[in-house]
Amino acid sequence: MKPAAFDYVRLEDEAQACDLLARHGEEARVLAGGQSLITVLNMRLAQPSVLLDVSRCEPLDYAKVVGGKLEVGAAATQASVEWRPGLADEVPLLACAFPYISHFQVRNRGTVCGSVAHADPSAELPLCLALLDGEVVLASRRGRRTLSARDFFQGMLTTARAGDELIACVRYPLRAPGTGYAFEEFSLRHGDFAIAACAAAVSQDAIRLGVGGVADRPAVVQWPRLPRHELEAAINDFAWTLGAQDDAHASAAYRRRLVRQLAARAIATAAARAQGASNEG
Amino acid sequence: MKDERKTAGQALPAGRTHRVRCTLNGKPREGAAESRTLLSDFLRHELGATGTHVGCEHGVCGACTVRIDGVAGRSCLTLAVQVDGRRVDTVEGLARDGELSDLQQAFRRHHALQCGFCTAGILMSCADFLERAPAPTEQQVRDMLSGHLCRCTGYTPIVQAVLDVAAARNKNT
Repeated sequence: MKPAAFDYVRLEDEAQACDLLARHGEEARVLAGGQSLITVLNMRLAQPSVLLDVSRCEPLDYAKVVGGKLEVGAAATQASVEWRPGLADEVPLLACAFPYISHFQVRNRGTVCGSVAHADPSAELPLCLALLDGEVVLASRRGRRTLSARDFFQGMLTTARAGDELIACVRYPLRAPGTGYAFEEFSLRHGDFAIAACAAAVSQDAIRLGVGGVADRPAVVQWPRLPRHELEAAINDFAWTLGAQDDAHASAAYRRRLVRQLAARAIATAAARAQGASNEG
Repeated sequence: MKDERKTAGQALPAGRTHRVRCTLNGKPREGAAESRTLLSDFLRHELGATGTHVGCEHGVCGACTVRIDGVAGRSCLTLAVQVDGRRVDTVEGLARDGELSDLQQAFRRHHALQCGFCTAGILMSCADFLERAPAPTEQQVRDMLSGHLCRCTGYTPIVQAVLDVAAARNKNT
């Protein structure tokens, strides 16, 4: 339970990160909060030769609203976003999801970009990014590129990030007018990995549902507002498309059952909140 | 051991020890660590601060929780070299002049510990949490404590101790 040896570099800024990633490529791992990475280092599931630590890069430690999105830099912790006084107005889905992410002590050090980079299929922050159709900004010496969450997440712990790229920031779209959001999750213990998680956004004419923990990446579907029985059938059909697997924690059938329950609950809550939002407006 | 200068951007090579300086419980301390040395091991083996306990070494049990620049986090998921130049607070720093802190006294009063293995980490979480959430609900306290495993108490006396301290502090201000 101790990491294998590696070189360690504490980075000052994005340019330095890009230079060193260009030099070391796949041999290097970016260390941000370390709440997933140091775990896998301790278990020696990963043995990089270089760790590039962005956690003390002040220019990357920010969260700010830019162009209708909440932009979160590579060094910003989950806690720094969770404890933003305006978060429930800015990105209500994130405010709903944070309490499900591990624990207080882990969110204190874990970063938003780090969770997105790790791309665990059961993680909440990638699911929220996918549901809201957010963006990932990748930086390298070759320049910057912006990918949609849909294009970024490619499979279990697999993303479109190239070996020389740093996730400079991620962008979560702000709440849309007249739209309600909700997040539901089931895990064996509070803060544990999700066996299934559902995020929903409901507006006057559309339902968007995202499911985590079942497929190899967050899965998102969009429907018009459907009457109850049609919605139940649509959720059931969607649950069957996710390729749920039996594993030590739950059977595939149980996961589909969770998706049906959690999705219906999340959509109902989001619809009620949408109603509230449009009454206020 | 060569005394490395810790300028940012300079590599600390594997397989060698590097000097790590930090402020531990208000006092400047330094010691040697490899780049791969965990903060939990650095505190216990190098600085002799054995009040911080080590349980699971993958962030689940919470026994090793310390405060880094005031923020509660897992010392087993932090590298010693990451705290160079920073403030680290551990359970040894809670008591003042031999007198237990209000939080420690409440734990004692409520029997919020039995074997005590988890206690050091829980106290450091509570110390940070109560500064940020000075008047927490029971649910908030339980959420915060969910990041710690205690196999003796069943948590109820811990929750009572934390709520008791919060109430007492609010009464005194």
